[in-house]
Amino acid sequence: MTGQRILVVDDELHIRRLLHGTLTRAAYEVIEAKTGREALALAASAHPDAILLDLGLPDRDGLELVPILLRQAKVPLLVISAREATDDKVAALDLGADDYVTKPFDGEELLARLRAALRSKVSAHGSEPIVSAGDLRIDLTNRIVTKGGTELHLTRKEFDVLGQLAMAPGRVVTHTRILAQAWPLETDRRIEYLRIVVRNLRQKLESDPASPKLIVNELGIGYRLMADA
Amino acid sequence: MSAPPDRPSPEDFLRQAAQEGRGKLKIFLGAAPGVGKTFEMLSEGAARKAAGIDVVVGVVETHGRRETEALTRGQEIVPRRDMPYEGRTLQEMDLDALLERHPQLALVDELAHTNVPGSRHPKRWQDVEELLDAGIDVFSTVNIQHIESLNDVVASFTRVRVRETVPDSVLEMAELEVVDIPPDELIERLKEGKVYMPAEASRALNHFFSKSNLSALRELALRRAAQAVDAQMLDHVRANALGGTWAGTDRIVVAVNELPGAEGLVRAAKRIADALHAPWTAVHVETPRTRQLGPEEHRRIATVLNLATQLGAAVISVPAATVVEGLKTYVTEARATQLVVGKSPRSRLFELRHGSVVDRLVRDTPGVAVHVMPLEGATAPRPRRNRARGAWGTRSGYLWTTAMVAGVTSAGTGLSHILTLGNVALLYLLPVMAAASLFGLRTGLYAGLASSLAYNFFFLPPVHTLTVNNPENIVSIVVLLGVAIVTSQLTSRVRAQADLAATSARSNAALAGFLRQLTSLGDRTEVCRAICTEISLLFGLRAVILESEETGLVVQAASAADTRMETMELAAAQWVQDTGQAAGRGSGTLTASDWLFQPLKAGGRVLAVLGIAQDDGSDPIRSDQLPLLSGLLDQAALALERLRLEAEMRDVDSVRERDRLRAALLSSVGHDLRTPLTSILAGAAELHREIDHPLLTMIEGEALRLNRFVSNLLDMTRVEAGALKLKVEPTDLTDAVAAAVADTRRSLEGHSINLEVPPDLPLVRVDPQLFHHCLLNLLDNAGRYADAGTPISIRAERRYGELILSVIDQGPGLPPGREKEVFETFRRLEGSDRAVGGTGLGLAIVKGFAEAMGMSVSASARSDRKGATFALRFPEQLLVKESGEVGE
Repeated sequence: MTGQRILVVDDELHIRRLLHGTLTRAAYEVIEAKTGREALALAASAHPDAILLDLGLPDRDGLELVPILLRQAKVPLLVISAREATDDKVAALDLGADDYVTKPFDGEELLARLRAALRSKVSAHGSEPIVSAGDLRIDLTNRIVTKGGTELHLTRKEFDVLGQLAMAPGRVVTHTRILAQAWPLETDRRIEYLRIVVRNLRQKLESDPASPKLIVNELGIGYRLMADA
Repeated sequence: MSAPPDRPSPEDFLRQAAQEGRGKLKIFLGAAPGVGKTFEMLSEGAARKAAGIDVVVGVVETHGRRETEALTRGQEIVPRRDMPYEGRTLQEMDLDALLERHPQLALVDELAHTNVPGSRHPKRWQDVEELLDAGIDVFSTVNIQHIESLNDVVASFTRVRVRETVPDSVLEMAELEVVDIPPDELIERLKEGKVYMPAEASRALNHFFSKSNLSALRELALRRAAQAVDAQMLDHVRANALGGTWAGTDRIVVAVNELPGAEGLVRAAKRIADALHAPWTAVHVETPRTRQLGPEEHRRIATVLNLATQLGAAVISVPAATVVEGLKTYVTEARATQLVVGKSPRSRLFELRHGSVVDRLVRDTPGVAVHVMPLEGATAPRPRRNRARGAWGTRSGYLWTTAMVAGVTSAGTGLSHILTLGNVALLYLLPVMAAASLFGLRTGLYAGLASSLAYNFFFLPPVHTLTVNNPENIVSIVVLLGVAIVTSQLTSRVRAQADLAATSARSNAALAGFLRQLTSLGDRTEVCRAICTEISLLFGLRAVILESEETGLVVQAASAADTRMETMELAAAQWVQDTGQAAGRGSGTLTASDWLFQPLKAGGRVLAVLGIAQDDGSDPIRSDQLPLLSGLLDQAALALERLRLEAEMRDVDSVRERDRLRAALLSSVGHDLRTPLTSILAGAAELHREIDHPLLTMIEGEALRLNRFVSNLLDMTRVEAGALKLKVEPTDLTDAVAAAVADTRRSLEGHSINLEVPPDLPLVRVDPQLFHHCLLNLLDNAGRYADAGTPISIRAERRYGELILSVIDQGPGLPPGREKEVFETFRRLEGSDRAVGGTGLGLAIVKGFAEAMGMSVSASARSDRKGATFALRFPEQLLVKESGEVGE
């Protein structure tokens, strides 16, 4: 998976330089935009395979750019933002962004998320019915989950939730999205139900449910299934 | 002084129309059993029958009384219906038979009777209603204690409570006839056994029939009947739109004046009002004369009106040309029935000349009872007058008059060859009329005298003497004097009325000007100052405005800069603030002060207190100025209220603006500090990948610390601003702890983490972000102070009524007794300060956030004294009850 072209949109020279280093080390080709305008121009003309977008741009509101960039480039888009901006992240994800990284970010983490996002675009064409995470195998088509070869019994709700996460392996799935799929009619106590189902899932899937490694909570945003890259 | 509406409303007509097809109800009302209601009803029924009316007895309880029974003999009686009840057979009025028979008049005894269960209506009065609806007239009887609204009253003094009651509305549509015998006679009849009494109630009834009870009951019955008559009469007056004063419910009006005995008058009126249970009004008629009264008299009027208010009267000032006229108008408009006036000790001569006020009142207000009370202590026959243009006139007036007379004299001399003597006399009318109209009566008289002297001296033969030969000429002199008197009186009346009009015009102008000035101002202090200045200028007094602040009342503005409020003044003002009623000089409360305090009220709240005083410590305001003052106060209060509302809106705006600024600042600090930190961290991490150097580790560690510090600073700003917006959601502690451990893995390097978080803990309701920051800081703190290589434990325990999450480290722990101090901002306990990095903000943030979410936080030394335990306690209400379900 080399030679893929990543559009980095950030007004800070140092960040761009850094991302440039990290990404080229991982054999990506990097194109850079300093402003929203440049980003739009490059997204349309340079055919990037993915976009890394800092929400704090000088000329435009980053959130507003998300749907426009997605419309123009139709590629995975990752948002870079500060820790406190949970609402912004959720908004960006709701607008179609594939994932996010929080400043200060870790290079490895960034690459992992980028890989997951890029893969999802591939899998969207030729679907990937079996998702692996550690010794866990999730067969989405047949709704079968095995751990170390043994089949696990999951309730319908548990599979609904796990399936949602497995369909976007390695990527964050917002509460809203999971809830809309798993509890389309419920309005009242959905978050509570979700927490309980996730807890039950962890009891069944995780080696140490107290420090979960497979289903990871993203504070105030959603859950992420740490699938194998 | 709103008079009750005397024009029949459409509803009145409708009601009457509805009643026209309906039967009429007549109730024989008695004070007690045994007064002869049934007898009376039957007698009247018999009389009607004799008159050819179709009368039928629906039900009558004769209680075996012979006279009564005799009366029923001639009547057609509808047989009663047998009603089975609890194994017995009771007899009730046969309503259906009665309706079927449809007489013109039905006699139905005991209106309050309760029917046997199973009857059509539970109460007999409801049967009667049905009869009435069918167009049958009904005679019925009821005792006063059965009337619903009087039930309590009767029970209170007879100690006998009856359960069978008739609603007052039934009585209100009925014609009432009181069947009345004196209590003594009733007791006599009771002794003779003529009164029916159920045996079981005889003891109670014996008490019931005491003379005092019977008298009281009798009074009640009579009064109730009178009340009903009253209401019906009002209906009648309305329906027929009769004019004139109708003596219905009494309304008492007392006329007060400045004479010393007026308080007595007010008290007398109060007694009359009490006796008649009537509303009463104290009226002060403002005439041209009262405008000339001195401050002493005005003070007295104000005192009297205050007294009346305290005694429960409505108080009103009526402007009119004369007292009689004012009273007459008011009494008619207010439909007063009784008028209380004082008899002023005027001289006989005065009364001969002017006629007594009382006489004229009696003559001019027919239908009104006029009570005349002597004004006790009113020794001063005439109040001192304080005429603007003095009674004696001004010196310049006399000079002008003299000059005019002299001018006319010389003109007359000059024209004497063409004028007859009589016409010269006419010329002299000019100065007389001019002087009388311009300078008043005395000057006019002087002009008349001077004119007649001059005429006599210069023109009447013998000329140049003051002797008069011709009696005809005496007439001329008398005429001149007469004209002087008449003219001066006429003009003085006209002038007084003009004064009255001018005063009211001035008041209106003052109000308008005041309002204009107040609305143009946008600042509270300015408005207060304007109010003070205006009131001070208008009334010629000192004014001050006090407003309530946290420390109490504070002077906001004053007309004179040196105005100081002493304790007594502040007490009076506070009273005004608290009660919304005036206090101080000239009011009824705290009168020792020189100041009079009035509330500025709007929307039921006292917005400010206005104090007024005269420079010389005399009474602040005359009674005739009070209406204008209260008008001004209303306007002032409205202006203040407007400002208050505006300020409130501005406050909301400014809070919003502050929030916006804070959010902008926080996000820009967050962004501007984070961005370089991100570069440093990521750069160091990239380098670290290639070379391993302790300096790189240090750069990474310090950058991380700086990053945490920035977070904490931002968090602290939010705590201190009290602007934490909570986004509470059910949270799994496992998630929260795992996220916190993941985010602090660098600062906890070298420590192993023991997680003791049971999987079956209830979810907790917290703001995930804030809670995350709490945990980060607790873990960070543990990592910083724990001895190198020791494990850090995170333990969650469900206890009774709470859940406790503790972070336990092994290290020097906390100095005993100072556990609470660790949560103070920028506090790092010296005993535990091991020169590790930290700002001392972390634990303060933990406390701030935790408390904002409803948790409590505590620090303690470990029981083995080998470290510290920080515990977050979740009270029961933060725990999500396990439902077991996960929805569908």
